[in-house]
Amino acid sequence: MKDPVDVLIIGAGASGAAVAWSLAETKMHILCLEQGGWMNPAEYPSTGRDWEAKFYGEWSSSPNVRGRPEDYPVNDDNSPIKVVNYNAVGGSTVMYTAHWPRLHPSDFKVKTLDGVADDWPIDYDTLTPFFEENDRMMGTSGLSGDPLSPLTHPPMPQQPLGLSGAIIGKAMNKLGWHWWPSDTTVATMDYEGRARCINLGHCTPACAQGAKASTDITYWPHAIRAGVELRTHCRVREITTDENGMASGVVYYDKDGIEQFQPAHVVIIACNGVGTPRLLLNSASGRFPNGLANSSGLVGKNLMFHPYAQIYGYVKEPTDSNRAPPTCLWSKQWYDTDLSRGFVRGYGVQFVRGAGPVFEAVVSEQKGILPWGADHHRVFRKLNGHRLGFSAICEDLPEEHNRVTLDPVLKDSHGIPAPKVDYTISENSRKMMEHALARGREFLDTAGASDICVNSPIPWGGWHLLGTARMGTDPERSVVNEWGRSHDVKNLFIVDGSIFVTSGGVNPTSTIQALALYIADQMKQRLASLFD
Amino acid sequence: MSDQQLTLTPRQRDDLRTIAAMIIPASDEYKVPGADDPAIQADILATLGRDTKLVVAALDHLARLAGMPLADLEPVARAGVAQKFRISGGIAAATLVRVVLQCYYRDDRVLRSLGLELRAPFPRGHVLPDGDWSLLDPVKARGGTLRRAP
Repeated sequence: MKDPVDVLIIGAGASGAAVAWSLAETKMHILCLEQGGWMNPAEYPSTGRDWEAKFYGEWSSSPNVRGRPEDYPVNDDNSPIKVVNYNAVGGSTVMYTAHWPRLHPSDFKVKTLDGVADDWPIDYDTLTPFFEENDRMMGTSGLSGDPLSPLTHPPMPQQPLGLSGAIIGKAMNKLGWHWWPSDTTVATMDYEGRARCINLGHCTPACAQGAKASTDITYWPHAIRAGVELRTHCRVREITTDENGMASGVVYYDKDGIEQFQPAHVVIIACNGVGTPRLLLNSASGRFPNGLANSSGLVGKNLMFHPYAQIYGYVKEPTDSNRAPPTCLWSKQWYDTDLSRGFVRGYGVQFVRGAGPVFEAVVSEQKGILPWGADHHRVFRKLNGHRLGFSAICEDLPEEHNRVTLDPVLKDSHGIPAPKVDYTISENSRKMMEHALARGREFLDTAGASDICVNSPIPWGGWHLLGTARMGTDPERSVVNEWGRSHDVKNLFIVDGSIFVTSGGVNPTSTIQALALYIADQMKQRLASLFD
Repeated sequence: MSDQQLTLTPRQRDDLRTIAAMIIPASDEYKVPGADDPAIQADILATLGRDTKLVVAALDHLARLAGMPLADLEPVARAGVAQKFRISGGIAAATLVRVVLQCYYRDDRVLRSLGLELRAPFPRGHVLPDGDWSLLDPVKARGGTLRRAP
């Protein structure tokens, strides 16, 4: 039998990397098991002429389309929003837009402020030092001083405004609406061994330059140098427990497909909002018949996605197209609750700079605005390089019927039951999306855009996987306590997006990593009494 | 049979070439080939990969609609079949169209006509104008208040 490790982390993505790095200073024996492998930037799409075609196959954001050996299938047939993720060292930070807003202070107190959902058991101020630490580690760029966002101190200047940014800024100014350069994790200058951004283009599916922060090139090199062991191509099947109801280790399949048992004194789950409930439900036992850490019955429930309401059009002036990172500006004009709008809570906006020629052709043909035949060439030249987009990230409120369960039939390549997602968009979210589309249309009209198209929701937009193992002080209404420890299993921790109580209206990765660093800090402070 | 083992029959290749030309015909005005150009067709066939199964299904559907080689139909009938194919072909037809477009819009002659560079994005990247940040002055002047939590 293998020697037990002090801490076993499952998942080497955004939160797993952060918690591993933070705990490394304890000099404990820390092991991370990751189902994917190390990425090779020489194989990233932007290194080839066929970079756009790869998005439809091996570099699709959908694990179901991609179907790499490292991926597991997801049954999301019963959801208008499909799950997207990436499985590798770095996790979904390998494949994300690098847009880097934080949850707002008000997002932690939605029950108190707006009478909906629940307050978080912690507040924004508790996380502030960890947001700052995380921004230094990931390397952020931006402009401090946004009057409608929490104060941040990005170590690098904001991305260039570019052609698209200037058009967006002018239109928003005409309307008197808020906009600001986004905080991003795109390095705008050389930073901690990373080369600055050279505008490779649509860098969502990995950055060959290494300018976009992913944890394989930020946290992991530091964590490994500090002594953390990272085992790749190891897929965990279940967490085991002992006669005292404590986690005793994990059963996993190694790179050769051989079943292994790894004992551990502490287990930390960092598999995000679909992978984490899947693992807990797959860890059911005689003592925990409904799944591990599930005495509340809430494991897998309250899934929040952020429905995206996207509207875009085509302006006469050239836009940045594929010659820049996809996002550069945000707006918080409609972030806070205003009941006169007909819904509670609100949304952030990320503006879209444009698209590459293949994507433009494929999507425009599907939308019916790019014809077949002789007129194809004229119309394509009007569209290509002229797209401008407005994407609203609508706050999804927790609802127990939106959930992750185990599919009774579908399994991954190791025979482990796959997750099944059941999700509907709420009436409140629909009203919010309609409001956003109307504002987006005003924006596009003001910018002089034509050929307006809508994606609401963006069907392949399930990037943000939140809420399925929520935190709280009441064991009957939450899965983990206010510092990430399972109420039921006192040496089991969760540090990923599944512990979100509410979703806010912004991309969540910055907050996920701040939470992971906060929980690691709590563990370090409580080492002598961690299991009390 | 795996996608790699699946191949297109001569009739399917002919129909693919014909429908590709209907999607994107050659243009003297823009000095570009049609999507039935031999080099573009060769690229499509060489890179079908995981799309082969759906493209074959689309071509089978097209053959059923046409009832004969697509190129042999009169132009009006051919256009009618193409329209029916796009409307009723589902994901298979969408995949065939996407495969044609993704190969067409990486052809050197086409990219040159669009004024795009014939290269991968890495390692040269692109230059982006920093822009006029005084555009942000009205936002700064307007200010605002972050909603505070109790």
